[in-house]
Amino acid sequence: MALERLFRRKRPSGVNRDVPELWTKCEACGVQLYKKEFRENLYVCPRCGHHHRMPASERVEMLADAGTFQETTGLKPLDPLGFVDTKPYAERLKAYQEETGRQDAILGGTCTIGGVPAVLLVMDYAFAGGSMGSVVGEEIARGAERAAAEGRALVIVAASGGARMQEAALSLMQMAKTVMSLDRLWAKRLPYVSILTDPTTGGVTASFAALADVIFAEPGALIGFAGPRVIRQTIRQELPEGFQRAEFLLKHGMVDRVTDRRKLKGELVRALRHLHPGVPYAVGV
Amino acid sequence: MPLEFEKPILELEKRIAELKETARSTGVDLEAEIRLLEERLARLKQEIYGNLTAWQRVQLARAPGRPTTLDVLEKAFQDFLELHGDRAFADDPAIVGGLAYLEGQKVVVVGHQKGRDTKENLYRNFGMPHPEGYRKAMRLMDLADRFGYPFLAFIDTPGAYPGVSAEERGQAWVIAQSIQRMSRLKVPAIALILGEGGSGGALAIGVANRVLILENAWYSVISPESCAAILWRDAKEAPKAAEALKLTARDLLAQKVVDAIIPEPEGGAHKDPLRAIQNIKEALLKTLEELKGLSPEELYQDRYRRFRALGAYAES
Ligand SMILES: [Zn+2]
Repeated sequence: MALERLFRRKRPSGVNRDVPELWTKCEACGVQLYKKEFRENLYVCPRCGHHHRMPASERVEMLADAGTFQETTGLKPLDPLGFVDTKPYAERLKAYQEETGRQDAILGGTCTIGGVPAVLLVMDYAFAGGSMGSVVGEEIARGAERAAAEGRALVIVAASGGARMQEAALSLMQMAKTVMSLDRLWAKRLPYVSILTDPTTGGVTASFAALADVIFAEPGALIGFAGPRVIRQTIRQELPEGFQRAEFLLKHGMVDRVTDRRKLKGELVRALRHLHPGVPYAVGV
Repeated sequence: MPLEFEKPILELEKRIAELKETARSTGVDLEAEIRLLEERLARLKQEIYGNLTAWQRVQLARAPGRPTTLDVLEKAFQDFLELHGDRAFADDPAIVGGLAYLEGQKVVVVGHQKGRDTKENLYRNFGMPHPEGYRKAMRLMDLADRFGYPFLAFIDTPGAYPGVSAEERGQAWVIAQSIQRMSRLKVPAIALILGEGGSGGALAIGVANRVLILENAWYSVISPESCAAILWRDAKEAPKAAEALKLTARDLLAQKVVDAIIPEPEGGAHKDPLRAIQNIKEALLKTLEELKGLSPEELYQDRYRRFRALGAYAES
């Protein structure tokens, strides 16, 4: 690709080729980025503003008040159907577990967010495309129930290709399970805020992620029910520019706000403080 | 058009009929030959229908002539009054619903509707709903709650429609809302999978106190073809995907995704739709009877417990 060649030429001189891990490049504009700064900028390109995917653990760091997060997740996946495609599901799980150091595609726990007590759950796209199987469904249901029992708000950061195929109908049932668990929060008048990141599609969008009191989306995030490839195949037409992007969803009334990641915590805190009945009037956090 | 694996049976049936006709028209005694062939036919049927693969059942679930929601509503119910529209955008012909009596009991019904021929299939969008279909379903759920009548849902869809307009109008959002709305019903709710139970588009009207399934219907998170296209990178591997997905009625019963299997006539519901519809009616009446006596709050809690318990994982 021409852009890549351009970027290679622009690579700062004097940088040792033996330590390429210090540098990375923007997926959108190709600009050379110093990794440490890139991370400090929350994986947002300082030049073009492109929001790159972010590791789940850093997402927790970004949203939870410093030193307050206590992990509650850790359920282990099983292979209830003995699923084998070109590779056994059990082997795939093991590989993802080794790669991510996580049992399944979700990291969560209790914390405060701007002082508001919360259960924070973050989906991990690096684990099987953030797909929702029995573990993700159960962790979300337990998270909602814990929030309700302890008077906490629920915040879920979605990043998922949808339901996990290898658990088939059981994955599908997690959509119902997670949706129903939200009723526990309703009963206690506790807030639920959903943050849709790139990508959020399929059974995750079509269940708990769509049903929050307030829905944030990150700029440029792909959000929808069917994936663009499936839609293109079905209608046999090219898709309109910006289709299924966060801004498209805002325009069509599906999300409340498209918020730059660098301002996300601030807006999240405001929303939680507005909603949480236990938090008194407070401006300017 | 017969299904591929039905052909040997149909051919043998044809030969028997021909022999019988010859015997009648010529007066020649062919009794022994006919009996022999009939015995062979019985063995062949046992061999084929007794060992159906998951993929063959998927084909049966899609077979032309299989009872659709409207067939069931017309033949098992009385005075079905169809109600149209979502009161917001349009009427979606891929989902039908309305008011009916089941053996004199007032009920509210809804279901995916496939076409019974090509022309109707185009009109019905092959049973793939747009958001307005689910909005209509939710409106009917409101109606069921308001009057306290049981809510019955018939599932038969390859999936919710994956198209541009469907996405623009919030396909994911309405499916989520429909799941939520149905889970909150204060009346007995029964879902019955007639043919295809394709993913979230099926589950949107499947959050019932009891989920029943016809013997050869399937229900899963994705169709075998789409699953094969993703995991095997070849849609032609659908038979393997069908096997791996454990999507048959018996598999689903073992997973507790469904509560009971409704038997089909030999060779599938399309062989004798009236018999199949009679079985459906009996199963619905029996299940309604089971749910009688539960208070609105008990019905809600029963549904919560049912779905809350589904899944397989190990504690950390
Ligand atoms: Zn950039």
